[in-house]
Amino acid sequence: MSRLAPQPGERIDRTRQISFTFDGKRVTAFEGDTIGSALYAAGRRTFSRSFKYHRRRGLMCVAGQCPNCICSVDGAPGARACIEPAREGLVVEHVNATPSLEHDVMEITDRAGTTFTPPGFYYKTFIRPRRLWPLYEKLLRNAAGLGKLRNEQPEREWRTEYRRRHADVLVVGGGIAGLSAATAAAHAGADVVLADEGLGGQLSNLDELTAAARDAGVEIIDGGSALGSFDGLVPVWQGDTLHQVRAARHVFATGTIEQPLVFARNDLPGVMLSGGALRLAQSYAVAPGRRAVIATTSDRGLRAAATLRGLGVQVVAVCDLRPEPNELGRALRRAGVPVFAGHTVIEARGRKGVDTAIIAPIAGGDEHSFDVDLVLMSGGAMPATSLLLQAGARTEYDERHGHFALAQLPAGVFAAGEVAGVTGDDAVARSGELAGLRAAHELGFGDADTRDRLDVLETAPADALADEVTVAPAVAGAGRGKCFACFCEDVTSKDIGLSIDEGYDSIELSKRYTTVTMGPCQGRMCQLQSVRLMAQHNGTSLGDVGVTTARPPWVSVPMGILGGRPVEPAKRSSIHSRHRALGANVKWAGDWRRAYDYGDPAGEALAVNRAAGLIDVSTLGKLLVRGSDAGVFLDRLYPNRFSDLKPGRIRYGVISSDAGRIVDDGTICRLDDETYYVTTTSSGAGAVEEWFGWWLADWMLDVRITDLTQGIAAVNLAGPRAREIMSAVCDIDCSNDAFKYLDGKHATIAGVRCLVLRIGFVGEVGYEIHCPAALGEHVWDALIAAGEPHGLRPFGLEPQRVLRLQKMHILVGQDTDSESTPFTAAMPWIVKLDKEQDFIGKWALTHYSEQPPSIALVGFTLSNGDVPTEGAVVLGEDGSPAGQVTSSRHSPALDRTIGMAWVPAALAHDGAKITISDVGRQLAAEIQTRPFYDPDGELLRS
Amino acid sequence: MSFLLTCPNCGVREVTDFGYGGEINPRPKTDPSFRELNAYNYFRTNTAGVQREWWFHRSGCRAWFCAERDTTTNEVLKTELP
Repeated sequence: MSRLAPQPGERIDRTRQISFTFDGKRVTAFEGDTIGSALYAAGRRTFSRSFKYHRRRGLMCVAGQCPNCICSVDGAPGARACIEPAREGLVVEHVNATPSLEHDVMEITDRAGTTFTPPGFYYKTFIRPRRLWPLYEKLLRNAAGLGKLRNEQPEREWRTEYRRRHADVLVVGGGIAGLSAATAAAHAGADVVLADEGLGGQLSNLDELTAAARDAGVEIIDGGSALGSFDGLVPVWQGDTLHQVRAARHVFATGTIEQPLVFARNDLPGVMLSGGALRLAQSYAVAPGRRAVIATTSDRGLRAAATLRGLGVQVVAVCDLRPEPNELGRALRRAGVPVFAGHTVIEARGRKGVDTAIIAPIAGGDEHSFDVDLVLMSGGAMPATSLLLQAGARTEYDERHGHFALAQLPAGVFAAGEVAGVTGDDAVARSGELAGLRAAHELGFGDADTRDRLDVLETAPADALADEVTVAPAVAGAGRGKCFACFCEDVTSKDIGLSIDEGYDSIELSKRYTTVTMGPCQGRMCQLQSVRLMAQHNGTSLGDVGVTTARPPWVSVPMGILGGRPVEPAKRSSIHSRHRALGANVKWAGDWRRAYDYGDPAGEALAVNRAAGLIDVSTLGKLLVRGSDAGVFLDRLYPNRFSDLKPGRIRYGVISSDAGRIVDDGTICRLDDETYYVTTTSSGAGAVEEWFGWWLADWMLDVRITDLTQGIAAVNLAGPRAREIMSAVCDIDCSNDAFKYLDGKHATIAGVRCLVLRIGFVGEVGYEIHCPAALGEHVWDALIAAGEPHGLRPFGLEPQRVLRLQKMHILVGQDTDSESTPFTAAMPWIVKLDKEQDFIGKWALTHYSEQPPSIALVGFTLSNGDVPTEGAVVLGEDGSPAGQVTSSRHSPALDRTIGMAWVPAALAHDGAKITISDVGRQLAAEIQTRPFYDPDGELLRS
Repeated sequence: MSFLLTCPNCGVREVTDFGYGGEINPRPKTDPSFRELNAYNYFRTNTAGVQREWWFHRSGCRAWFCAERDTTTNEVLKTELP
């Protein structure tokens, strides 16, 4: 790992070494390195293979802007090695080369030359014969694209945090202009967010400015890339968070992008932007090369030449594209650097990388050849206006600079710094401050002092025009080799000409035909080049050619960030640690982490039927409905009555929609005249609260709804020995006379006041015990301890499903769907059409009650031990699909297969035979309409 | 789609904070005919322009409120508790 002497602004920490692998080989790096800087320091020059011709590509921009160093990091393709931080243990792999980066069989497409693969090649070649298209498609799909996505990934691995941020001012860009704007706006009193891509590394006073901005209260999103501007909403991508920033005013300080030059083989590894070479040297102390030729349209390249010389790079020639050398050029000459005015690089040569650079006068003339390992280009500073254009700004062609510059800004949008054409650190800082103050003042912030400062800045004379610049030729050295206008999509200067000749003579059409500007760089490296080539070919001005519409996303972003699963907090019951300690098999159930079983679902189910079991049912939705109209309210929401329910009694209820469809179910206990305790299904808790709230908003009754779901823990103690256990732990009489089935009573268990509901979802004598969540574990422990001598076992969700199926207790959503009514779900008794009061669903249910349902929900048994898959098809008499298995399990207590299914109504009687078609199997089953276990509910009531 | 709504309790929030309750579709007062019932359950006006609609502050105060929104521009003209 060769490094330069320590640099003043270097980002690496030489005391901390780390390592990662590239294509299986270990690479050492310093903390603060990027993958790209570490690989370059280790001597790697080829970083990727190009999209179409599979040409070697090496570092060019070192700023995450060009496509040349795209690689795959830990299995995720699309990373830019030059900005991706090196971290211990990363697995980095090349993309788009088989079998290896050094030997790529698809290189043949480059050798075969452009006669074989001009633009439109696919459309023209693979159209005939038509019947071969499936074969073509397979081959093309294999050849297309950069990198491979993994076929699968763990279900909850990638989650995106979506954060909304409302601010007064959003500043995009963390350079001098952006930081100055943010600080000024914040000082004036505005709430300011700044999105900082973190690429301004080598500016010496940036740390100070950043600290000043933070002190002023600016929220800085470090490493945050603004993806686009959508009607004032700017998404800022940072790691696995997407900040959706909505601000009243926007300041864009997005700077400029150094442009490459178009010459023969301008893509060889070793051909770099001058800024890229400086970043390698100054931020990472990596020598970009030993012998360099530099071609520049402004002083920027001359300054780079001087700096690199100082770092030990031998600059063998400087091509200043301007006709006469200026003071800086003369100074370089005096120092012994050959400066060629009016010259440019016309060709780079070399096999694996640059070994020779050929320069010539722009107007033509004597060529000079130099042995080099580095060719630096500085083809002008194009304002990064894309986000501004998306926000509604307009650009115009700027003759002097040869690029498109801002001409008009929409209301509420400001541009600051180099993107607005300002150069020089002090002027850039002032333009930032001005934009920040204007934004803040427009919103009514600021005081007399900031007003004064604003006046001073606004009336200050314009800064003298800085560097003399010249406009690079559209292409130099045409005919000597491929001259790339677009590195992402491998579009050459010739291709642009060809597309025009074929009739795609507007920039928008040419873009679609050649795909220039459509690659990962989003036009950063190719927009201007393609416009220049078109203007040259058409003989028109660049202003007439214009630019293509700026579209999001401005930076390549993983799809998961835009549309991935959000971070969903996992819900855990307050008793969860006990399940973990018991070795529970914990799985997702909706948002909840629940104990499916404790290793022995059959044994757990048997324990409930034979002795006793305890299950955590804290996930049940729990609503407190209070008020003088509470009874009336529930009467209107449920098809059965609740106003006549006596305090201390419980009734089952099914909520139906106005279309008569089942929405949810649960039990309701009346606590006193004005208070009902409503439980809902675990998955329906939120929806039921919304449903109740919606109707309450409409009806305006004297009712208050409180969602207690998270605050209350609940456990169900059930089984033939449950009463004995209950009597041992609580302070009330639990005899069947004193505490009947469907009674709800308060009792003190192990010192905790609980609400105890005697209900029987699992089919045995059962007590559902509700207590404050904070005391859930305490109550659980007390019950487990008291139950031990009676054979009590904790049981999970899976045995509970078996037990409830034995009783044919439905699960809403499992045994019903969005079409199910109480009539088709075998619960006609729950609909009280004689209820004098109107209720939700009354009219539709009246209609359904008059029409015999065509399907029915019934039970079935299977004698031979087969368990059909849930969802298997029930066949009608003619063998066509006529129904569906909704639930099926093996019942350990009954030792046979039991299930529930929708069947044609004609078959809904005991003893009817049905055939179930299940993945190729035909199973014979027998219908049973009454519960499989304790059909008369004698055990339940005992 | 991205716009802002003003929750009458909480203030201005991103639309994704809210649940959409659909256009305000009053429940028939008396026994509707089968056709009226179907119209109420399954048919909507689908106004292109300003419509009154229900919104629910799902990730906030969990209140239902009414909004007037131009469905062609997503401009929310008014929000109020019912």
